[in-house]
Amino acid sequence: MSALQTFVEEGSATKMKHKVNDFSITVATVNGSGSQTANLTLLRALFKMGIPVSGKNLFPSNIQGLPTWYTIRVSKDGYLARKEEHEIVVAMNPTTFVDDLADVLPGGAFFYADDINYPINRQDVAAYPMPVKQLAKESGAPSDLRSYVANMVFVGVLSQMLGIDLDMVYAALNFHFKGRTKPIDLNFGVVKAAADWAAKNLEKSDPYLVEPMDATHDLIMADGNTAAALGTIYGGVQLVAWYPITPASSLPEALQSFLPMLRKDPEEEGKNTFVIIQAEDELAAIGMTVGAGWSGLRAMTATSGPGLSLMTEYAGLAYFTEVPLVVWDVQRVGPSTGLPTRTAQGDLTFTYFMGHGDTQQVILLPGSVNECFEFGWKAFDIAERLQTPVFILSDLDLGMNNWMTKPFVYPDVPMDRGKILWEDDLEKMDGKWARYQDVDGDGIPYRTVPGNRHPNAAYFARGTGHTIEARYSEEPDVWHDNLDRLKRKYQTARSYVPKPFVETMPGANVGIIAFGSTEPAIEEARHSLQASGTPTDFLRLRAIPFVPEVEQFINEHERVYVVEMNRDGQLHQLLTIEFPDLATRLVSIAFTDGMPLTARKVREMIVEEME
Amino acid sequence: MSEQTTSIGSRVQVNLVGLSKSDYRGNTSTLCQGCGHNSIASQIITACYELDIVPEDIVKFSGIGCSSKSPFYFLNRSFGFNGLHGRMPSLATGALFGDHTMRGFGVSGDGDTASIGMGQFKHVLRRNMRLVYIVENNGVYGLTKGQFSATAEVGLTLKSQGTNPYMPVDIAWEALVGHATFVARSFAGDPKQVKELIKAALSHDGIAVLDIISPCVTFNNQDTAMHSYQWGKNHEVALHELSYVPPAEEIMVDYEQGEDIEVTMHDGSVVVLKKLERDYDPTDRTAAMRILEEANACQCLITGLIYIDTSQPSLTEINHLTSTPLNRLPTNRIRPARETIQQINDMMF
Repeated sequence: MSALQTFVEEGSATKMKHKVNDFSITVATVNGSGSQTANLTLLRALFKMGIPVSGKNLFPSNIQGLPTWYTIRVSKDGYLARKEEHEIVVAMNPTTFVDDLADVLPGGAFFYADDINYPINRQDVAAYPMPVKQLAKESGAPSDLRSYVANMVFVGVLSQMLGIDLDMVYAALNFHFKGRTKPIDLNFGVVKAAADWAAKNLEKSDPYLVEPMDATHDLIMADGNTAAALGTIYGGVQLVAWYPITPASSLPEALQSFLPMLRKDPEEEGKNTFVIIQAEDELAAIGMTVGAGWSGLRAMTATSGPGLSLMTEYAGLAYFTEVPLVVWDVQRVGPSTGLPTRTAQGDLTFTYFMGHGDTQQVILLPGSVNECFEFGWKAFDIAERLQTPVFILSDLDLGMNNWMTKPFVYPDVPMDRGKILWEDDLEKMDGKWARYQDVDGDGIPYRTVPGNRHPNAAYFARGTGHTIEARYSEEPDVWHDNLDRLKRKYQTARSYVPKPFVETMPGANVGIIAFGSTEPAIEEARHSLQASGTPTDFLRLRAIPFVPEVEQFINEHERVYVVEMNRDGQLHQLLTIEFPDLATRLVSIAFTDGMPLTARKVREMIVEEME
Repeated sequence: MSEQTTSIGSRVQVNLVGLSKSDYRGNTSTLCQGCGHNSIASQIITACYELDIVPEDIVKFSGIGCSSKSPFYFLNRSFGFNGLHGRMPSLATGALFGDHTMRGFGVSGDGDTASIGMGQFKHVLRRNMRLVYIVENNGVYGLTKGQFSATAEVGLTLKSQGTNPYMPVDIAWEALVGHATFVARSFAGDPKQVKELIKAALSHDGIAVLDIISPCVTFNNQDTAMHSYQWGKNHEVALHELSYVPPAEEIMVDYEQGEDIEVTMHDGSVVVLKKLERDYDPTDRTAAMRILEEANACQCLITGLIYIDTSQPSLTEINHLTSTPLNRLPTNRIRPARETIQQINDMMF
C-alpha cells in the first residue's frame, strides 16, 4: 500500500465517527450579496470559542452577481490550510446549488435556502432547509438591507446545529460593527431567530459539532495586508504612493486609515509625519517612491503582478542609482491579467532579476500575518542599510484572508538609517566624500540627501554610467568596477536579511524547502508523512539572497523537495542557479491552479516524486 | 549686489547671499553649439544668481533626452536626479516631500513631456506640486537623431523622416486645460523674457509650466520650421513686457497706472506685466484659452505669462506636514510609541 493510499483511507475511515472541532464549512453565495459579514462572523465566533480556525474567501473578479465561496477550516489540531473536502456546505446560491450539493462529503451536512427549488437527490448527506427569506422578512429590516441580513440566517442555523456559542456570535458582530447597536441588534436578532427556528424545526442527523477549547486566547485575528500596513507604520514610513490593484489595495487602504491615528507628529500638534498619494498608475507610484527614497524618506508602494511589470524600469534605476525603497507585491495568478482574485507565488524569478541588464534584487518572504507586520518595519532598515529596493512578496491568501496569528510585537531594535551623511558629518570630513565610493569594503557607499545644505553635499544621480563621484562616464573600467561593487553589495545583503525558519523531525533524511503562505499545508502534510513513516525536515525561506543556512540545509539532506505555488518551480530554479553542485538533490514540487495549496496536494506530489 | 575680495585678491561680484555667478554654474555642456537649451541653462544660472537663491535650496530633475541632460549644465551645487524617460514628474513629486523648503526645478523636452510623459505631465499639474517645469520644446528627438516629436507641426518635413501627417500637441494648452496654476510660453531667442519668467516661476507656490521654444540647430532649424530661430524671431508676439520685482524691492518699473498688470506672488514678489499692443489679463482663464486658440489660428508665437492663479494650495500644503522637513525627523517622531502596540493588538479581533 502506498503512503498516499493510507492517507486517503484514513480519511474515509474517520468521517463516519462523531466529529468535534475537525471539519470544514463551505458557504456558497452570490458575490456582492453581503455574505462576507456572515462568513467573518462565523469565523470569529469559532475563534472566540478558543478553537483553531482559518477562513478563505474564494471569490471571483466581479463586483456583484458571480458565485463566490468561503471556506472555514475548524481544526482542533491547529491545521489552518484549506481542505479539499467539504464536510459542511451552506448553499445560498441557486446557480451553483447542484454542484454544491454534489461536493458534500458522504455523511456530511447540507444547509440550503428553502426558496431554491432543486431536488435534494442525495441520501448520504444530512440536508437542512433554512427559511432564509421568511426570517429576513420577519426581522423587520428595511427592504434594502434584507438581502444582507438574510445571510445571518445561516449563521443562526449553523450556530444551533453545530453548537456555536451565541454570545461569541454577538462578540463577533459587536467587533464587525464597531459597537454600533443598531446594526448589531438587527443582525443578531436574525441570528437568534434562525437559531430558535432551527431548534424547533430541525433534527440533527450529521456528526459535526464544536466544543470550546483554549487554543486561541493568546492569538489575534488579522489579515496580512493590514498587518503589513501596521508594520510599515512602525517602520516609520513617510511616503506611500500606490495605485489600486487586487489583491494589494487593502494594504495602502489600511495605511490610509491607520496613519492618521498613529502618525500625527508628537511635537507639532496635528501635523503629519507621512504622505500618502494615490498615483495615476504604477509607473508613477514607484517613481514617487524612488524620488522619496532618494531624498531620505522611508518610502513604499504596494502592488501585484501587473503593477510590478510596470514598475520594472524604475526598479532597475533604483538598483543602479542605489535608492532605498520598499515594494510590497501581494501576488496573484499570472501571467498577464491572469486570475486577479486568486493566489499564487509566481513573481519570484521576475522580482529577483527585475530590471534589464545585470540586476539582482533583495526579496523578503513573509510566511504569516505576524511576519507581514515584522517585515513591514524591518524592510526599511534593510533597504536603507543596503541602499537598494527591497521587495516583499506576500500573496492574496496571506494578504486578504483573516488568519489567527500571534500578536504584533513592537520592533525590538532601533531604526537603522544606514550610511547617511548630514552637514556635521561632511564638516568633519572637510567636505571630502564621493557618492559611490566603497569606503568600508562592503560595497555600500555613503549617501547624502536633498536638503543637506553643505556646499559639498550635492550630487547628480543618474541611470547612466557613473564614476564614484556620480559623474557621467563611459570608461570601461569605471563601468566594470561599479557593477562589481554592486555585486559585492549584494553579497553583503546576506548578512542583513532574515534567516530561514527551520523545523526538524528525528530521523529525517529528506528535506522540504518552501516560502510564504504554503507553510500550514506543508506542516500538515509533514505530520501525515511522518505518521506513515517518512519524517521530513523543513526550511521556510524568508529572504533572498540565500543565507549560508540554506546551503547547509540542502547539504544535510539526500533529497530536498522545493514546494511552491507556480508552474515552473521558480524557487527551485534560483536554488539551482545558486548551488549548481547541489542541484541533483533538489526536486521541484510546483503546482498552481489559483487555489491555496492543501496538505493533501502537497503530500500527493511528494509521494509521487518519492516513488 | 555687492563685491567680495577673494583669497587671491581679485574682486569678484557677489550677490546678497555672498555667491558669485560661478557658484551657479554647471559642467560644460555637451549639447550642440547654438542649441537653444544652452541659452536656457545660462538664463537659469543668471535668474538664480540675481534672485540670491542658495543653490542648495534647489533640487533639479529631468527625464531622458537632450533637454534632460541640461540640468548637469547649471547649478552644480544643487542635488539633481536624471530619472526615466517621461517620468520626471513622479520622481520630483516624491523627492520634494523629503524637504518641503526646497524648490523643485524640472527640465524636460517635448518628447519627454508630450509623448512618453504625457500622463505624468498631466497629473503633476492637477496635484499642483511646487515645481518649475520647463519644457525645452524643439519639435524633434535630438538624441536619437531627428525623429518627429509630438509637438512638430503638421506638414513639417525633416531630412530622412518625410512629412509629419499628425496634428501637434500644444504644451501650453495642455497645461492650461490640466489646471496648471502657472502657464507661460517663451522663446530661447528672447533671453530676457526667459529669465524673467524663470524668476516668476521660482516664486510660484505650485506647478509652473514654461513651454520654451528652444530650436534644435542640428535637426529642425530650417527657416520655415515652427521651432526654428528664424521662425520664432519673425513670428513672436509678446503678450506683455514682463518684469519680476523681488519681495524686498520697491516697484521702480515705469508703468502706466491702470494699464499694466501687477501679479503678487506667494512670497511677496510682484510680476509686472507692461502692456504692449493689447490688453491681456493672465488671471483670466477664458482669455488664456482664447489667446492660445488665436495663436494657432494666426500661426504666431504668443509668448509671456499666459495664465496664473496664486490662490490654489500646493501639494505640500494640503498634506499638513511638520515644519521640520520630513527627512530630518528623528526616529521618535516617525515610530509610534511603544504603548500603542497594545492598542493596535486590541483593535484586531
